[in-house]
Amino acid sequence: MEYEVLLKKPTVFYDKYPRKDGNKNVTHYCPGCGHGVVHKYIAEALEKLGVQDRTIIVSPVGCSVFAYYYFDTGNIQAAHGRAPAVATGVKRARPESIVISYQGDGDLAAIGTAEIVHAANRGENITVFFVNNAIYGMTGGQMAPTTLEGQKTSTSPTGRNPLNEGYPICVSELLSTLKAPIYIERVSLHDAKNRVKARKAIYKALKCQTERKGFTFVEILAQCPTNWKVTPDDSLGWIRDKMLPVFELGVKVDRTEEAQTSSYPKSIWDTASILKQLDLENVEIKARADRSRLLPAHRNPRIKIAGFGGQGVLTLGILLAGCGMLEDYNVAWLPSYGPEMRGGTAHCHISINDAPIGSPLVSSSTVCIAMNKPSQVKFEKELIPGGLLIRNSSMIDIPSSRSDIEILSVPATELATQAGSLKVQNMVILGAYLERTKLIDMKTVMMALQSMLKKASLLELNQKAIDAGRNYVRSNT
Amino acid sequence: MAKELVKGNVAIVKGAILAGCEVYFGYPITPASEIAEYASLYFPKVGRTFIQAESEVAAINMVYGAAGAGARCMTASSGPGLSLKQEGISYCAGAELPCVIADIMRGGPGLGNIGPEQSDYNQIVKGGGHGNYRVIVLAPNSGQEMCDLTIKAFDLADKWRIPVVVLTDGYTGQMMEQVDFPQNTAIPVRKPWGLYADAESRSNLITSIFLSHADLEKHNIHLQKKYTRIETEEVMVEKLYCDDAELVIVAYGISSRISRTAVEMARSQNLKIGLLRPLTLFPFPKNDILEAAKTAKVFLSVECSNGQLIDDIRLTLMGKRPVELYNRMGGEVPTSEEILGAIKRILKA
Repeated sequence: MEYEVLLKKPTVFYDKYPRKDGNKNVTHYCPGCGHGVVHKYIAEALEKLGVQDRTIIVSPVGCSVFAYYYFDTGNIQAAHGRAPAVATGVKRARPESIVISYQGDGDLAAIGTAEIVHAANRGENITVFFVNNAIYGMTGGQMAPTTLEGQKTSTSPTGRNPLNEGYPICVSELLSTLKAPIYIERVSLHDAKNRVKARKAIYKALKCQTERKGFTFVEILAQCPTNWKVTPDDSLGWIRDKMLPVFELGVKVDRTEEAQTSSYPKSIWDTASILKQLDLENVEIKARADRSRLLPAHRNPRIKIAGFGGQGVLTLGILLAGCGMLEDYNVAWLPSYGPEMRGGTAHCHISINDAPIGSPLVSSSTVCIAMNKPSQVKFEKELIPGGLLIRNSSMIDIPSSRSDIEILSVPATELATQAGSLKVQNMVILGAYLERTKLIDMKTVMMALQSMLKKASLLELNQKAIDAGRNYVRSNT
Repeated sequence: MAKELVKGNVAIVKGAILAGCEVYFGYPITPASEIAEYASLYFPKVGRTFIQAESEVAAINMVYGAAGAGARCMTASSGPGLSLKQEGISYCAGAELPCVIADIMRGGPGLGNIGPEQSDYNQIVKGGGHGNYRVIVLAPNSGQEMCDLTIKAFDLADKWRIPVVVLTDGYTGQMMEQVDFPQNTAIPVRKPWGLYADAESRSNLITSIFLSHADLEKHNIHLQKKYTRIETEEVMVEKLYCDDAELVIVAYGISSRISRTAVEMARSQNLKIGLLRPLTLFPFPKNDILEAAKTAKVFLSVECSNGQLIDDIRLTLMGKRPVELYNRMGGEVPTSEEILGAIKRILKA
């Protein structure tokens, strides 16, 4: 007999369900469950939009955990509540995909609250279908965040009491306060007229995604006769009479007309461009500078620099390490990090060595640079006998307690002020240190400074301060 | 040559991009924040994606999604963040998704502090989430290795379809050293199981569910076989003076750097001390430790934790040699002099 097929299974569904145990012709959903209808509307919409191949559906934890049994699309299963984060990951990795996060009320409105709010707030170009049946289905009928006042569940046996458990959450309204979502609508499955609206809303949300317009969200009030303990017939009336007064139907947000189409990032894969963008173009490493000019005591220094925050302690350390690298030493710079960076005192450890550096922690130093009094008191003890203490005599009014070390006193604060700024005390000290030890060639210092400082005026100021330190050592020792 | 003086955390970001990492999902936490900061700077410059997630939990689940879509992807954090990520890492392990996670360890438990510690050893090396799984754990101790082992992490992750953790401490993350960056870059290779949003990959399914007990046992056995192969094939270790050492220090990360200086000091005093440094904490270098036990009379675990690494050394030696502990905690790190003191106490030298 020939006949015209008017109603058929959408091609986006598997014909049979090969991933499912047992009967491959029927779904695992209970009789009268709303999920099957929602699945069908999604499958129809995907077919109509012609996007089956590029669709990836995120199955959540809950009754729809096995959505991948039915949808002949790309499928990924997510941890409880995390579907919008997983969907974000998929979409960002494959911007051309059509990503659906399909979630129930426990998953989305309880354990996954953060993920849904932030995916919506970022305006992720994904579609979320939120099936609200006011109960945890898969785990056997426990209270959900959307459970109605007075509704009896296995964890609210005497009925949900707002004084103890709060009120049902209206997620669509909650998300409507955000600026990014372009389309939020709540629909219901309780009668034919509303199912038509639900089908249209689902199609519209997915269509917007194909147009790369932004975040779309459809909340579907659906029946759970099993856990509501009513017949499938009565479950439709249950939605109408009990849910509708709490969860108002309708479009909550529609910015689909004005929404702009987003573009995909254009990834760069050629090596030369990548290296350029990463600032990894060639760096000139000077041939090993002649180390013989250094006195043995000044070779391979282990330096501790300390002072108040703002005295340029960490910067001085980085500059020294950077210069060392340019002269083909092994270098390590280790800061005291954290709250110290935001005021208070700071110190850092610097090692500059011909050999690979073992401990980057300078526990016994060969050089100690103390920019203030507490630093001298604290760190001069660590100097090895014969080590070099450089003290900022502008800010230290006590002598060193050590008699077995070399001491260089430099009024760095004063000289820096004369040079033009308090901020270059560290450069005065650098000039003094290098004048005394010849550790680094001045040309190297200028090269390193040039790469650190973009402004010519700053470069000049720093150079002036370095010279002041050098001159002070020359004329006072 | 592209030598640069950079923080270890920055070397991770540049290494990741050179390794072809396409997406980064992060959340700020000291002392790992530079990784997210520099990722937010550099990823967009090469047309790749950086997302600051709403939480550590979201970040690792975004990684799960991107990895499922076949992309090279990563996240980074520190102890408290890793505790939160464990759920997602378990899912990645179960679904066999390759991804890279950097853990720049800080002081704990609880909020602890931001100082360097190595107290995530157990939660990372033993598989801190639920289920029978392992992750590969790489342990860099220098700026250079922060780059090199991050690149290696992406390769291992893809090779074995497994999450790889780059595990190090706040000091190795915050420290600046010269790093010689490789001058070549990797281009992503299509993974047959990935979700590429096309006809060819449409039938692919990423999941960790196996409803039937028999199927899940089979999956677990498959995973354990994979871990056994990894233990055979992927061990990396650095040995210093182990050939004739009477005492061998076992240490990783910052502890191994400090120990190295202690070993040099000891050798200069004619003490026969060696250093065995695991670069892989899983797989653990069991054979190398047993080899060292041929000359070593005693082992010393140096760690910034409460005796976590020492358990694996003891399990390896099975009582054949005594294993001593020298440790600091709470953000304190041992000095080379302290370690030398411990060596001398043990050897009664």
